[in-house]
Order: sequence, then structure tokens, then C-alpha cells
Amino acid sequence: METTAFQKIHTKIDQITKATCSLRATGVGNEEMATVDNRLAQVVKIQGDLVTLQIFSGTEGIPTNAEVVFLGHAPRLAVSEELSGRFFNAYGQPIDGGPEIDGDLVEIGGPSVNPVRRKQPSELIATGIAGIDLNNTLVTGQKIPFFADPDQPFNEVMAMVALRAKADKIILGGMGITNDDYLFFKNTFENAGAIDRIISFVNTTEDPPVERLLVPDMALTAAEYFAEKNQNVLVLLTDMTLFADALSIVSNRMDQIPSKDSMPGSLYSDLAKLYEKAVQFPDGGSITIIAVTTLSGGDITHAIPDNTGYITEGQLFLRKDTDIGKVVIDPFRSLSRLKQLVIGKKTREDHPQVMNTAIRLYADAANAKTKIENGFDLTDYDKRTIEFAKEYSEKLLAIDINIEIDTMIDTGWTLFNKYFSDAETGIKSELIEKYGKRKSE
Amino acid sequence: MSTKGKVVGIISNLVTVAVDGPVMQNEICYIIMSDVKLMAEIIRIGENNAYIQVFESTRGLKIGTEVEFTGHMLEATLGPGILSKNFDGLQHDLDKMGGTFLQKGDYTPALENDKLWEFKPLAKPGDEVVPGSWLGEVKENWMPHKIMVPFSFTGTFTVKEVSTDGEYKINDTIAVIADEEGNEINVSMVQKWPVKIPIKAYKEKPRPFDFMETGIRVIDSLNPIVEGGTGFIPGPFGTGKTVLQHALSKQAEADMIIVAACGERANEVVEIFAEFPELDDPRTGRKLMERTTIIANTSNMPVAAREASVYTAMTIAEYYRSMGLKVLLLADSTSRWAQALREMSNRMEELPGPDAFPMDLPAIISNFYARAGYVHLSNDETGSVTFIGTVSPAGGNLKEPVTEATKKAARCFYALSQNRADSKRYPAIEAVDSYSKYIEYPEFIEFMKKNVSADWVDNILLAKNVLIRGREAYEQINILGDDGVPIDYHQILWKSEVIDFVILQQDAFDKVDASTPIKRQRYMMNKVLDVYKTEFKFDSFEEVNPYYKKIINVFKQMNYSEFHSDKFKKFEDELQEVIKERAVLEN
Ligand SMILES: Nc1ncnc2c1ncn2[C@@H]1O[C@H](COP(=O)(O)OP(=O)(O)O)[C@@H](O)[C@H]1O
Ligand SMILES: [Mg+2]
Repeated sequence: METTAFQKIHTKIDQITKATCSLRATGVGNEEMATVDNRLAQVVKIQGDLVTLQIFSGTEGIPTNAEVVFLGHAPRLAVSEELSGRFFNAYGQPIDGGPEIDGDLVEIGGPSVNPVRRKQPSELIATGIAGIDLNNTLVTGQKIPFFADPDQPFNEVMAMVALRAKADKIILGGMGITNDDYLFFKNTFENAGAIDRIISFVNTTEDPPVERLLVPDMALTAAEYFAEKNQNVLVLLTDMTLFADALSIVSNRMDQIPSKDSMPGSLYSDLAKLYEKAVQFPDGGSITIIAVTTLSGGDITHAIPDNTGYITEGQLFLRKDTDIGKVVIDPFRSLSRLKQLVIGKKTREDHPQVMNTAIRLYADAANAKTKIENGFDLTDYDKRTIEFAKEYSEKLLAIDINIEIDTMIDTGWTLFNKYFSDAETGIKSELIEKYGKRKSE
Repeated sequence: MSTKGKVVGIISNLVTVAVDGPVMQNEICYIIMSDVKLMAEIIRIGENNAYIQVFESTRGLKIGTEVEFTGHMLEATLGPGILSKNFDGLQHDLDKMGGTFLQKGDYTPALENDKLWEFKPLAKPGDEVVPGSWLGEVKENWMPHKIMVPFSFTGTFTVKEVSTDGEYKINDTIAVIADEEGNEINVSMVQKWPVKIPIKAYKEKPRPFDFMETGIRVIDSLNPIVEGGTGFIPGPFGTGKTVLQHALSKQAEADMIIVAACGERANEVVEIFAEFPELDDPRTGRKLMERTTIIANTSNMPVAAREASVYTAMTIAEYYRSMGLKVLLLADSTSRWAQALREMSNRMEELPGPDAFPMDLPAIISNFYARAGYVHLSNDETGSVTFIGTVSPAGGNLKEPVTEATKKAARCFYALSQNRADSKRYPAIEAVDSYSKYIEYPEFIEFMKKNVSADWVDNILLAKNVLIRGREAYEQINILGDDGVPIDYHQILWKSEVIDFVILQQDAFDKVDASTPIKRQRYMMNKVLDVYKTEFKFDSFEEVNPYYKKIINVFKQMNYSEFHSDKFKKFEDELQEVIKERAVLEN
């Protein structure tokens, strides 16, 4: 490794636990990197001259006379234009056989943007997916996760969104993803001819879990480099649940008192520090974060999705719709908190009303379905809502849709006119006149 | 000579310091790193050691680094220039900081030393004064900002000299006062006060009774808050806590608004930065930013400063209250502050209470809420601090420690419900479960009778009763089916829905509907209760739903129209027509 003449080499370790080792050393900085028997480690605690190091890949086989070298700096990443198109591990080392990056060395997990220097996000991100563009419109500088059960195709949806988003750079932070998923991302980006816009930091299931703690900060440090050059950067983080699991492994091994769901008490702050790196800079650059938080059995009250929801600007729920046999973006539980900034402003003025009306009618269909389950009779209106809901799912909610936003809104009108009277939709009459006129049959 | 120390231990932002002299609990100190000084606070003292929480990242900190103690606790700087500022949790001016990113140790001053203020004396030589007495005033934006005898003084003083009308800087002496022994003391326009200690420069703190209008119907018309009162808003994420607080900060009838963004999203503060300088305050015609101060310690800013931020905000609120102003303090979210306490307590390996929060969390929360209130000042003027905090219950479960502790401390409870938010019934306040203890205060009932309307509180009780009966009817219908219950059940359900749709639901993003003045609330409440009291005739349950939907629709159009405008009157006439269709007329 990068040993230099000044670095003192230690060879006596006092204590070894599952994740850490402690030794006597002086002049060591908090959060400084080190190597222990050539494995990367970081200072997590200093008591007098007793320094505790967390060894990312675990302590299996570490002898008490292992060689310990302090590197004199916090974890860092070399940044330059050369990052484009490259694949790295959690430490920012190339894994694609290419050369080391020649660039400035920047410490990861750096300072936050001063809130008064941020700009309010206002640029719409079009994905072609109506469950997003119509119902939960995304904006540059936003941070939003997919909430999905592990069997749902979240990585596929995320890759699709990324490619359609017209970002200058796409940065993938893969945490605990399978090698197959990693290759899926690689092939998808290659086939789309986008590989030179992609930068990946990957920790797969084959790598030690604690290493993944570095992945989001690596990805976001690279993102800041390009965003400060006025580029629009999209960061994909998958799977943040596995990241949080790694946090709990560490805090457990360090004997910290767990709070809800055996997560560390600092989970909220740990996640917020990452997600809040999403930003719109006044000069045009931006960092948008799309993440994946896998759920277990759809439970969003678990500490990981719960804390995430409190931090991110909405969430996109993936759900299998049994009516049409496809995965849809659930219009009830999904939310984009920043959609107000663009809908009806950057999009057609009838967008908000069409969106809300369709969701309300879809909710009426859900009520009608409950009536069926409870063995009650359906009214004529109930039956029409059920027909509507099916077509709405097929033509707008399904994730395999790829259309322009105006087409989505027009489709909404077509469905309203097919199944309902104007009074039943309750849309403002001026808007009906302008956009929703029935074609005379 | 001040005490010094050396770093002997580091775990994240908890640092142990070996000290060479006396130190005090909560004393502020600085860690002197080679390129930067890091601010920190003592949170525990042991044998020769002080345990300090650092308000910054301790990355790169080494054992042996020198520490300087300041001899004082965390203090707020109080003087003209606080209004319209954007501070961090420790009252550093965010706008004065250089660069795009927050740099460690960039501690900018809260106020401007060189700015000139137009001073007008209020006291004259010979006057007897006490801490908090008004010596003079300057115009801060449009507000008369009182220059007071510093709160840290004790006893009675005699005014010797007060500066004449003119322009002064904050550090200029504007008065000379003498204590009982005749020692003369210079007083300037700026003073300091330790944020963790309440400012008690008032004569008495009676029970609050004076209604505070918010323009939000489900609050004013069903769960009213008073000037100097306390309230809290618990709710799962996405149910509308922040939107509700922003609405309060825009509309509430207060002289000054302090928004403490405590550990939540930066973009939400940016929204205030962007909007408030543009939006008008309907009461004064001035821009909203002129009456607002923002304390921004968002979730990505140092955790230890999060806890400090709410105290900084409260101290500023108390300072302006002492000027005889009505101050509204909003904190979003107090759970983040409790979590900051939990992080430190865990690091210090204290015995944990429920959910690993510190054992004394309930006491900390109730002491904080107790700082709000309505006061009589020494000159018999009145002032108030009204405090409304949000709570972010883990997993949406209201049985968690922060919610439970806050429930004991706050007098108004505005529970946001996931169900209401899911069905877009905004604001999602569950009106039946929520409460205002103030409607039980005879002083308040009296005040409302005199100033708003004779039957205000009676109407609140009636409306709540209808809502409860509507809920019961809904449950019965769900069990027995639409045709398994008498038509009356459908009627009571829909009468409660009229209250829900017309009074409770309010579109925060509509220009007209967003804020409803109290006169208009009274008018609409009476109209809605008239519908409740009217007997309607139906032949089958199937007629009930479409008919009430029609009534609700006309009412909603009224809500979207300017009060008493032609459009409003047109819908009002339409409503009368619709009511006539089925009303059973009494003779
Ligand atoms: N009064 C309201 N009117 C309309 N929409 C609302 C209202 N309150 C909340 N919302 C919607 O809910 C979203 C989340 O609200 P927010 O206040 O940010 O929730 P919380 O702070 O509880 O997480 C908003 O972005 C908005 O879309
Ligand atoms: Mg919020």
C-alpha cells in the first residue's frame, strides 16, 4: 500500500474483537485510515494512547503481531474527468482492470452545503413512466427512494429511470447487490451506449458487508465533483436497507445500545447526512438521489424505511397489480414532495387536477372492491369505477409505459370521458372546456 | 486566567478533556486544532476530566490537542438585527459564511457591529428600573425594538443618563444606570444570555386566555390555541406536519415568528428563504420575512447543535416577549432534538430509558415547553411566546417516548392521521382525537364570548359531537351494509362529512382557501351547523350520498371564492336552492 518513509509501523496489537483491533499508538487522527495486515481499517475511537481501528473486511485471521500502518488521512477518492465510465470497489479502487485515477484526492463524507447557498429545485425530470411523471413528478436536486419488496424489479426500474433522465452523469452506488445485478447494470448501461456517463462504486454480496459503509460517500463525493462543474448528476443507491444493516452490525459489535429494530440510535442522522447531499446549486449543477429501500413484507414501520421516509422527499412504492398482472407505481402510498414545484407550472395547467381526479376515482374503485369482498351489492357508479381502475392501471400506472407527459394527461381525459360524467369528475369547467372536451360521437 | 485542557479521548463527537482548573457544567470551550477552532460544550464532569460534545465533526482530531475554556455557557447574542436573519443552531449568521459549503469553525457573528440604528429614549434620568425595563427603542424593520436593562443584572437601578435621539451602533453606550450602592454601569444595545436558562424578567405569568388566530379552520374553529399557549403536532412522515407549520408561520396572528428547522430537510428551509421575502403579511402589508427569524439546523448539520438550536430559538423568543410582543415559535421537529440527546447519552454509556432515550427526557421536554407563556412585564405591558412543535413518532406509533412526554407538556394536541393523509383530507388533523385544553379555561370562554362570538365554544363541542356520531354511523354502515341501517345513519354520516369537507379540509396551496379569517370561519361554521340542524327528506339511502355531495360541492366552491364576493354570493344562493330541494320546513 501507500507506505512512505515517515510512517511508523506498529506490530503489536493489544486487543482484537470481531470488527476491531486496538493498539498503542500516538499522533493518530480521529477517522484516520490505516492498514492492518494489508486490510484497510479506520480509527473509530482513541482513549489516551489506545487506538481502536475498525477493520472493514473483518478481523478473521488477524494475528497480534500484524503490521499496522497509519495512512495520515481520512478515506478519500481521487476525482477528475477520468472517473467517467469506470468501475470501482468500496475504497474507490478500480475493479475494471483500468489504471488508477489521476486526480485530486478528496476526503469523502465532506461538509454540507450551507442552506442559504442552495437553490429551490425547479427542473422536472421526465422518465416516461406515468406513475412517476404524472402522479409523482421528480425534480432535479430531489432525494427519493423506491420502497419495494425484494422480489420486485426495482433495479430494472431504476436503471430505466436513470437512462431516460437525461443526466450528465449517472453514479451507481451498489451495496450488497448480487454479482448478477452488478452485471445487469453494466450491460444495460453498455447497451444503451451510456457507459461513458456512468461511474460505479460497487460492493457485491461477495464482499465484506462493512465495506459497503463507504459506498454512498464515495458515490456522493464523485457526484459533488461533477455537480460543482455545473453538471446534472443522478446518484443511484441500491440497496440502502443493506447499508443500514451494515451500520447495525458495526454498532452492535462496538457494544452500542440499539434502539428500534436493533438499529443504532444514530440511524436518522447517518442516513440524513447522505440523502441531504442531494442539492440544486444556483449555477445549474445538481445532485439527484434515487435510492432503493427494500422492505420486509411491505412493512414501512420498520426503522429503516421509517427513518428514510422522514428524510427523503417522498417515496415510490412498487406493487404488483393483480388486475393487470403487472408491476405498478402505487398511487396511494407513493408521494413526491417536490411535485408542487413543477406540476401545472412546467407542465400543462390541467396536470394537477387530472392527476388528483384520477387518483380519487381509483380510490373509489378500491372502496367498490371492498364492497365486493364484504358481499354487498355494487351500484352502477361502483361498476364504472372498477372498469376505469383497470384501464387506468394498464394505460398509466404500469411501469412499462413510456410516453410524454402531455399524452399522459390526455389519456386521463380520455378515460374520464369514457367512464364518467363531468359532474362525477368534478373538474373545473374552464379546464374541461380547454382540454377535456368530449369528441362528439 | 481561564482554564485550559488537553484532549485525552475521542469517540465520534464526544471528547474527553483533562483540565487544569475549574470548569462548569455546560461551559463552552474551543478545541484548538492547527488550522481551525472547534466549538464544544461540557456535558459531564468527572475527576479532572471534562466530557464535551463537539458541535462539529472531529475528523483528524488528535490526542494532546489543546482546549480553551471560556467561562460561560452557550449564549445567545440579543440586540437589534435579529429579525429577518438566517442563523444556524448556535446563532451564527449563515449569510455571512463564505463559500458554498459549511466549513468547520466558520463562526460568524450574529449581529452587525457597524450598523447604525435610529434610537429613541424611553426612560429618563431618575427613573427606577429593573432587569428587562425599557430604556429606549430602535426601529427594527417596522417593529419597535426595545433596548432593555440586561437580564443578567439583579436588583433595582436608577437611570443616570439616556442617550438622546440619534443613530447609534449596538455596542455604543445608550444609557448609564446606577445600582443601589451608586456604582454606575454603562448599558449598550446588545446583551448576552445563556440559552439553557429561561429569561424571567417579568412580573407574573398568568394562565393564557387570549385567542390566537391562525386562519386554519380545524385549529381556530375546533381546537383553538391561545397567545402564550403550547401545542404539538405528531404525525407519521408525509402526513403534513411541515406544511401545517409553514401555514402557521405565514398566517398566524403574531408580531414575530421564529422558525426553528431542527434536524429536518434543507430544501424545506430553502422554501422559506425563497417564499418569505416575496409573500405579504396580510396584517401589516409588509413582507413576511420582515417579521421572521429562521434558525436552521437541518439534518445534515452537526447533531449536537440540533439540541442547542431549539434553546437558541426559545431564548430569542423570550427576548422579544420582554419587549411586549406576541411571538410564535415553531420547531420542526422536536423528535430530532430528542434523538440528538439520545445519541450523546448512548455515547456516554448512560443507563438508557425507553427506546434508548435518556431517562430524563420527559423532564427536559416539559421544562422546555414551560418556557412558553403569556406574561405581565414590569411596566404592566404584556407579551407572549406561543410554542408549537412537531413530533415525528417512530413508525407512526403515538405510544413512543417523545410523543408521550410531549403530550404531558403541551396543552394542544394536533394529531395527524395517516388515513386522512392517504385520502388527501388535508390538513390531516384528526379533529376528534385532537384537543385544545384551553376551551376548558373559563377565562378563554369569556374572552371568546366577548371578542368573537357568544356560542364559539358551544359550537366547537357541537361540531365535535357530530363528527363522533358520524364516525359511529360509518362503522355501523361498514358492518351492516348500506341497506342494513336506517336512513338516519346515512344522514348523520353525511352531516359529519359536510363538517369534514367544509370546515376541516382546507387547501394549503389555494390562494383563497389557505387562510380563513375568523369572521369568515364563524360565518361558515354557522352555515354548516344550519345544515346539520335541518331535517332532510329521503325515500331511500341511495338518494343520500349524491345529495350531500351536491351540498358539499357548493360549499367548497364558496371556500374557493373571496368572502362576500359576487361569486361567493352566487354559490351561497345556489346552496339555499339545494337545501330547499329536500328540507322539511318547520312551521
Ligand atoms: N394542507 C395540505 N394541503 C395540500 N397538500 C398537503 C397539505 N399538507 C400536506 N400536503 C401534502 O403532503 C406532503 C407532505 O407534507 P409534509 O408537511 O411535508 O409532511 P411531514 O412534514 O408530516 O412529513 C406535501 O408535500 C403535500 O403534497
Ligand atoms: Mg416534515
